[in-house]
Amino acid sequence: MTVTQLSQEVICFAGDSGDGIQLTGTNFSHNASAWGNDVMTLPDYPAEIRAPAGSVSGVSAFQMQFSSTDIHTAGDEFAVLIAMNAAALKNKIGGLVNGGLILADQNGFSKKNIELAGYSSDPLSDGSLPDYRIIADNFTHLTVQSLKELNLPPKQLRRSKNFFVLGIVFWIYSRSLTQTEEWLKAQFSDKPLVMEANILALNAGFNYADTTEIFGESFQVEPAPKKEGFYRTISGNEALSLGFICAAEKLQRTLFLGSYPITPASEILHTLSKYQDVGVKTFQAEDEIAAACAALGASYAGALGITSTSGPGLCLKTETLNLAVMTELPLVVINVQRGGPSTGLPTKTEQSDLLFSMYGRNGDSPMPVLAAASSADCFDMALEASRIATTFMTPVILLSDGYLGNGTESWLVPNPDDIAISAVEQYQQTDQFHPYKRNPITGSRPWVSPGTKGKMHRIGGLEKQSVTGDPSHDPDNHQRMTKERAAKIAGISAFIPEQPLTGETDDLVLVISWGSTRGGVSSAVKQLREQGMPIAHTHLRYLNPFPANLAAIIAAFKHVLVFELNNQQIVKLIRAEFLTPAKSATQTTGLPFKVRDVVKTISEYYGEITDGC
Amino acid sequence: MDVEILNRKDFVSKSQVKWCRGCGDFNVLKTMQSVLAKTGRTRENSVFISGIGCSSRFPYYLETYGFHTIHGRAPAVATGVKAVNPELDVWVITGDGDALSIGGNHFIHAIRRNQDIKILLFNNAVYGLTKGQFSPTSAQGWVSKSSPSGSPDRALSPLALAASADATFIARTSDNDPNHLAMVLEAAADHKGTAVVEILQNCVIFNDKVHEPYNGPKNRDENLLYLNSSMPLLFGKDKTKALINNGFGFKVAKVDDPCVLVHDPETQESTYAFALANLNYPQFPVPVGIFRQIQRPTFDQVLTEQQNRAIKKRGTRDLTTLLQQGSYQRLV
Repeated sequence: MTVTQLSQEVICFAGDSGDGIQLTGTNFSHNASAWGNDVMTLPDYPAEIRAPAGSVSGVSAFQMQFSSTDIHTAGDEFAVLIAMNAAALKNKIGGLVNGGLILADQNGFSKKNIELAGYSSDPLSDGSLPDYRIIADNFTHLTVQSLKELNLPPKQLRRSKNFFVLGIVFWIYSRSLTQTEEWLKAQFSDKPLVMEANILALNAGFNYADTTEIFGESFQVEPAPKKEGFYRTISGNEALSLGFICAAEKLQRTLFLGSYPITPASEILHTLSKYQDVGVKTFQAEDEIAAACAALGASYAGALGITSTSGPGLCLKTETLNLAVMTELPLVVINVQRGGPSTGLPTKTEQSDLLFSMYGRNGDSPMPVLAAASSADCFDMALEASRIATTFMTPVILLSDGYLGNGTESWLVPNPDDIAISAVEQYQQTDQFHPYKRNPITGSRPWVSPGTKGKMHRIGGLEKQSVTGDPSHDPDNHQRMTKERAAKIAGISAFIPEQPLTGETDDLVLVISWGSTRGGVSSAVKQLREQGMPIAHTHLRYLNPFPANLAAIIAAFKHVLVFELNNQQIVKLIRAEFLTPAKSATQTTGLPFKVRDVVKTISEYYGEITDGC
Repeated sequence: MDVEILNRKDFVSKSQVKWCRGCGDFNVLKTMQSVLAKTGRTRENSVFISGIGCSSRFPYYLETYGFHTIHGRAPAVATGVKAVNPELDVWVITGDGDALSIGGNHFIHAIRRNQDIKILLFNNAVYGLTKGQFSPTSAQGWVSKSSPSGSPDRALSPLALAASADATFIARTSDNDPNHLAMVLEAAADHKGTAVVEILQNCVIFNDKVHEPYNGPKNRDENLLYLNSSMPLLFGKDKTKALINNGFGFKVAKVDDPCVLVHDPETQESTYAFALANLNYPQFPVPVGIFRQIQRPTFDQVLTEQQNRAIKKRGTRDLTTLLQQGSYQRLV
C-alpha cells in the first residue's frame, strides 16, 4: 500500500440537491483546514429549493482545493469527482482532469436516472469514459446494510450515504475521522439515532475503502507552512458578520443590522442574529427599503447601522442611500453581488453592480465603494467600511459577491487587540453648535445623536445650508454643498492604504483586478512571472475613491489589461479617470475566473503587443 | 438632578414656518409644543421623524431632534431609532398620502410590531405638496387634477387599517379643536407602543372644508361622536341618539334603547375599534377620541428581553472567544 505525497489537490462533490453535498464538502474542508492545509472552496447549487430529483439542473456541487502551499482559488479542474448520480456526472465531468478519478454511487445510475441525465446508456459501464478511472459501487446500499441494526426506517438510513462516501474520501487522503465525528455529535445531540447512523456510516465508508482493494494507493497533502495561531475556515458572509461585530465594539457603538432576506446575502442576517448576547441588534424588515431606513435611523441614533443585500435589493435601497449622503450619516451597505440584471442568476457570482454602486442615485451623490478580495478579506473590509463610514460621516457600499459570500477559506483568526480602528474623536465645536460645520481635516460633520443635551437640530433630505444645516434653496449654496460633499469623499484617498503593486513599474504589462477576482488573477500572474514574463499586477479593494498613488502606477505602464466579472465596468472608470487605453478582459458566466483562462488571456495579449519586437 | 421646567416657547425652533395661511397644521404644531411642555418631555429626548408632504415639514419647527426623511419611510427610520435607543420619545409625522399610499407597507408593519412610536397622521384627503391630486383617503368620485372624471379608488380608512394591523392605540381628533387635540396627544404620549392618531386636517388650498360637514364648529355637536371611556355611545345635539350593536357593526338607536353600547377602549378584540373606524358620515356620526388603548409588549421590549435571554444562556463572550469559535490552534 503506497501513500503518494501531493502538494495540492482539487476535488468536487456532486449530487442531487438534498443529497447533503454542501454538508459533506464543508466537513471535508473543515477537516483539511484543521489538518493544516490551505483551503478554498466553491459551493455551486441550484436556485430552486428542490429542482426535479435526478435532473442536471438540480445538481448541487462543492468544489475545493486544499494544499500544502498558499492557494488563492478553489482550483480550475479537479482530480476527483464524487458523483452521487448520473446527472452529477453529466454536469461536472467537464471539470475533471484527464485521468481523473470518478467515485460514483451506482444507486444514482438507475435506468431512470441515466435517462434523466440525458445519457442513452450507463456511462459507468458503456466504455464512453475511457480517459478516466472509474470506481463505482452501490454506496447507498452499502450504507443501508452497515446500519441495519439501527432502529431507523430504510429511507432514513439511505440519507447517511453522504457520510459513507465522505468516509471513503477521508481514507483516500489519509485523514482522521475524529473531527467529523465530534461535529456530528454536536450537530445531532438532540437526535441520537441520526447521530449514530451518520457516525457509523462515516466509519463504514472508511473501512470499506481500507478493506476492499479497489484503491491501489492513498494520498497525503501535507500541512501548509503557516504562522502559529488559531485558524478556522470562514465564509465571506461569516467574515463580514464578525468584522462588523469587532468594528462596533472598537467604535463603542451598538451594531444594528436592518436586512431583508435575499440570496446570497441572507447568511449575514442569519449569522448576526445569533449574536444578540454580544449586543448585536438585528431587524428583519418588511422590505429592502425599510431595512435600509431602519439602519439609517439606527445610525442617526448613534449606532453603527448596516444593511445587507444583493443586487435587486440594492436597487430598492438607493433612495435611502441618497438620504444618507444628504444628511451625512454613517451607514454601511453590503452588496453580495450575484448575476443580474433583475432576478438574474440568484446563486451565481458576478461583479456587475459596480457602476450602479458608483452612480445609481439621483443628483450628484458621491459615496465610497469598497470591494473585498477574498472570503477572509471580508473581515478586514468590514472594519474598513465601518471606519470610513463613521470617520467621514458617509454611507459606504461594500461589495462582496456570491463566490466570496458562500466560498470559504482558512483564516488566521486575528487578535482583537491588533485591530486598529478606534472610536472616532468627535469634532468639538467650541462656539455655537452647527450640525454642518465641517471638521477641517476630514471634512465630516459632527455625529450628534438624539439624547444629546443642548445640541438639538433638524436634518433631512432637503439641501442644507452650509454650516447651519437649515433647509436652503439658495443656488450658490447648492453649488457649494455639492462641492463640499464631493471633496469630502475624494479626500478619503489620503486616509486609505497605498495601492500595492506586484512586479515592477518597468514590466511590460500591468494587470488590474478588483474584488473577488484577486485569487484567479494573482495566481495566473504568479505563474507567468515565474516563467519570466514581465507582467505586473495590482489589485483594487478601494474603488471610490481610488488610492492616491494609483494614477502614478497606471501612468508607468503603456499596456494595461483589466479583469472583471461583468461586461466592462471598472475598465470604463479606469479609462475615464486615468486617460489610459486600458484593454478589458471579462467573463459573465456566473463563475469565477479559472487561473488557466487568465493565463491564456494575458499570454495572448502579451503575444500581440510583443509581436515583431 | 435638576429637572428643567419648560414651556411651549422652549419647543419653538428658529425656523420660519412656511405653511399656507390658514393651514390646519399651525394648530397641530402649537398644540404639540404645549403638550410636550405640559407632559414634561425633554427637548433632547424627543425626536420627530417625518416623511414627505406639507405636514412632514413639522420637525423643522420644533426645538427638539428632527429628521425629515423620505416619502413614506418615516416609520421604518423611527423603528431603527427606537430600537437602538429605547429612552427616546419618538414621534412620526405623516400625511394621508405619505402613510397610506407610498408608505402603506411600513405603516402596517410598524403597527403590528407595536414599536413604541407615536404616529400622527394628518388627514386632509388630498396631496397638498404636489398640488392637488386625489389621495388614498379621498372619496371615490372626487374630482381632482389627476382625476378629472372622479377618483376611481375607494377611500381607505386609516384607523380601520390600523385596527386591522392590531394597533394598541387608535385615536382620532381634529386640527380645529385644540383641547380635544391636546387630550389625545397627551394620551398618545403616555402610551407604550404604537399610537396611531388620525388628525382631521384642513387644506385651505386644495381641499378646503373637506371635513366641514361633521367637523366644522357648527356641525360637531350633531355629527361627531365623542368617545369617552365608560360612557355610552351617544351623539347628536342633545345626546338623543345612540349606537347599538348590529351584527358585526352598529346601528343608530334612541338614547333610551336598553342596548346602548358603552365605550371601552380597552376592549381586547380589535374588531370593536375596526367597526368604530368604519363609521362614516352621513350614515353615521364620525367618532373622535380614543378608540383603543391596550397593552402589549413593544418591539424594543421584545428585543431587549431576547437579548437578556441570550446573555443568560451564553454568558458573556468577549471578542477573542467569539472570533476563535470553531478554530484550532497551530503551533510551529
